[in-house]
Amino acid sequence: MPAAQPTQERLNDFVIKFANVNGTGSASANTLVMKAIFRSGVPVVGKNYFPSNIQGLPTWYEIRVCADGHQARAGRVDLMLAMNIETYARDVREVAPGGYLVYDSTWPRSSLLERHDIQVLGVPLARLCNENFDGVRNRILMKNICYAGVLAALIDIDLGLVRALVTEQYAKKPKLADANLKAIELGYAYAKEHLPCPLPLRIERLDRTAGQVLIDGNTAAALGCVYAGATVGAWYPITPSTSLMDAFRGFCERYRVEPATGERRYVVLQAEDELAAIGIVIGASWNGARAFTPTSGPGISLMNEFIGLAYYAEVPCVIFDVQRVGPSTGMPTRTQQCDLLLCAYASHGDTRHVLLFPADPGECFTMAATAFDLAERLQTPVFVLSDLDIGMNDWMVPELRWDAGYQPDRGKVLGAAEVEKLEKFHRYLDRDGDGIPYRTLPGVSPKAAYFTRGSGHNQYGAYTEDSAEYQQVLDRLKRKFATAATLVPRAVLTGPGTREAGIISLGSCDGPIREALGRLAADGLELDYLRVRGFPFGAEVEAFVAAHRTILVIEQNRDAQLKSLLTLETSVDKQRLHSILHYDGLPLTADFVVAGVRSVLAGKARRSAAAAV
Amino acid sequence: MTSIVKPRIAHPSLPKNELGMTRRQYEGAMSTLCAGCGHDSVTAALVEACWGLSLRPEQLVKLSGIGCSSKTTAYFVGGAHGFNGVHGRMPSVATGANAANRELVYVGVSGDGDSLSIGLGQLAHAIRRNVNMLYIIENNGVYGLTKGQFSASADVGTKSKKGDANTQTPVDPVLLALTLGATFVARSFSGDKRQLVPLIQAGMRHQGFAIIDVLSPCVTFNDHEGSTKSYAFTREHYHPAVEADFVPRAAEIAVDYAEGASTVVDLHDGSRVRLRKLDPDYDPSDRAAAYAYIERRLRDGEYVTGLIHVGDGAASELHAVNQTSTTPLNRLPYEALSPGPEALGRLMARFR
Repeated sequence: MPAAQPTQERLNDFVIKFANVNGTGSASANTLVMKAIFRSGVPVVGKNYFPSNIQGLPTWYEIRVCADGHQARAGRVDLMLAMNIETYARDVREVAPGGYLVYDSTWPRSSLLERHDIQVLGVPLARLCNENFDGVRNRILMKNICYAGVLAALIDIDLGLVRALVTEQYAKKPKLADANLKAIELGYAYAKEHLPCPLPLRIERLDRTAGQVLIDGNTAAALGCVYAGATVGAWYPITPSTSLMDAFRGFCERYRVEPATGERRYVVLQAEDELAAIGIVIGASWNGARAFTPTSGPGISLMNEFIGLAYYAEVPCVIFDVQRVGPSTGMPTRTQQCDLLLCAYASHGDTRHVLLFPADPGECFTMAATAFDLAERLQTPVFVLSDLDIGMNDWMVPELRWDAGYQPDRGKVLGAAEVEKLEKFHRYLDRDGDGIPYRTLPGVSPKAAYFTRGSGHNQYGAYTEDSAEYQQVLDRLKRKFATAATLVPRAVLTGPGTREAGIISLGSCDGPIREALGRLAADGLELDYLRVRGFPFGAEVEAFVAAHRTILVIEQNRDAQLKSLLTLETSVDKQRLHSILHYDGLPLTADFVVAGVRSVLAGKARRSAAAAV
Repeated sequence: MTSIVKPRIAHPSLPKNELGMTRRQYEGAMSTLCAGCGHDSVTAALVEACWGLSLRPEQLVKLSGIGCSSKTTAYFVGGAHGFNGVHGRMPSVATGANAANRELVYVGVSGDGDSLSIGLGQLAHAIRRNVNMLYIIENNGVYGLTKGQFSASADVGTKSKKGDANTQTPVDPVLLALTLGATFVARSFSGDKRQLVPLIQAGMRHQGFAIIDVLSPCVTFNDHEGSTKSYAFTREHYHPAVEADFVPRAAEIAVDYAEGASTVVDLHDGSRVRLRKLDPDYDPSDRAAAYAYIERRLRDGEYVTGLIHVGDGAASELHAVNQTSTTPLNRLPYEALSPGPEALGRLMARFR
């Protein structure tokens, strides 16, 4: 047993990182560890850093154990499970001083990789599994499950919780459950006998996960689509959005198949490309179904022409953009908030679109339903701008709940009887002064028929090349966009109301910002914080930018896209906007926010001091 | 596509269909295509076909892309919803519309540029998905709205109005559709209404994707000497192989089936198509044989017309494969779609 370094106890507050090779089944082991901690009542965050590859490349999984419930990546590693020889050197370097590294000691380790400020713990995982399991593939898989047992011993996870999880997971495959349990026991027993268990980094039961779930944003968004009553989904596979449609299909198979007849109350179409995917959504929505497509930046690029048609012909559609790193193919498995401008102004001509910005999987669920309600109310495309971090990582959020009284807002759709009462039905007439016209669905009556076109049309729906008639429709669309600003979800405002400095941000920046605000407040710096949740910006955004002298705009892209939107779409003086930009493809951290805020404010202080001289 | 409203005065003695409607009530806006355009003859055939089927106007959905051909949808059945989308992408809009409501009759009208150049991919995949619709290509081998460029259906050697010869091999929509497994494949000529009307009717009643390639000469840019899609050339090289008579369900008893010469194909709704083979060598039920025959005749510079291939499309139709609810998705009440709050509560256990 190696001599234990005197490390400060870190109860329920540390980061475990798993360095794996992808395609080796490590994901189940990592999820197992995370869920076991979660079931110990201790809040956790999981972040998956994976390659754009199926097998053989490095992949990392990070679990932040955080009694305080912070949702951000910590940006620090306390315990590294180094299972990948190829990345070993960098994995060793990443461990924080005083931390731990567990490696497979079946094979000798290069002395060149020594570090004296961390403790290295060897477990002969391969040997244990070779002695106890048959078959190459099985041994590799079991090696990963085995380290879950080692970890349980090291950080003091109740083995009963781990056993229960395995039994649940393999309820229908008892043989697999037995093998997995055996591997876990092997690792656990070895660690108990040979390693200094438990480490000062350990889990102690709390009750802070009651009423919470661990769920990823794509699954939550898919559930939102099911509960919103979406019946047509069309998509072209693209990381990181694919799991949204996989989940939708899965839920539909569970909830939307008539047991007696096998009839399905949904259609999911894998399109030949994103152009067809959005075309299918437009056709289905035009015909009165709730339809959606999940995609990512490159898909939005392809959809642009159709998005303009939907905007101008006023066809509802819901588009989930699970953002990933661009430009071009970029880094498909890394996260960014880089499609704000692309989506806000997608397509040629004067077009502006409604955007929703969920900050976590919980909001992916609720905003999915909001997106359908808004798309049909406003008869326009609505984008839900999630990102890879929200979409594909497991977040701890309050249990999803559904209001039994919910009824979808199908917007201004006239039925046969209502059309019959009219002298004549006019598709694009603004009868209510809110810029939103009435529509009808095919199949209703000859009197309800109209011709949908992307070419110039007048308020009656007829083709026109008349300047005044064209402009009348275009101006009404602008009024409709103003109406949209009153309907999108309100921005969330927190803080003391200083009028001095405030932060504006959106989406997945929320966790790191709230954590950073707590730390800054502890140091005596209290800031207001406005998290925008929709575009066009509501009056509260205008009020916030008017009320603060210094505004820090925090976002995850290089070109300050949110800042650009604020500059273009509010009356703010852009000199008062200061960007804090994070765009390396990894999720934002609280450290980065704290440093960014301090740096901007210090710079401002220097400048005003210089001006005073 | 201008929408000039036609005067709606009809002579009281005009014949009426089963719904008591005259042909005039199946017309749409006034065409703004060039005088003599083949597409207007297709429009007339569509009016005749819908009238003859006694189709309730609102049961029809008209879809198109962009181009001269795509204007057609505005010119027939004004009482039906129409959707003039983006260039080459009508098939996806039609697919989505059909997904939402499987009960209506979907007719897409496209052109050779819209279908075989920019929209080739979408056409191919609509065929593969076997969307229940009639897809008409008004094929003139030329881009009209942009003034006379060759399209992908232009034959090798055909001359443009300016005198240039096309050098690239054409995409033949009939061969394409046969290759991709379409179960209703026809070719016709805009100048042959007698042949075209029953094909349209049968195509509308066919369960699955039905495609009719209609040679439809462009009087302005492709009706000159040296063009292989002119009226004169088409009439000369036009080779009807199989004549189709559409027999509506109600009229079944009255039909006189000539022994030997004709084959009867039952359509999904109980109506029938009676095929009369003008060429004894030809078998429209055999896809591979049909392909070989059409290709051979094309090499000889002949357009084989008629119902070239017909098979069973019902089993592989989009909704049949998907097992979609017989009630159209857009009519399902919300209660049939939401699993409810309790189910969500139970589901949450999976995420702990």
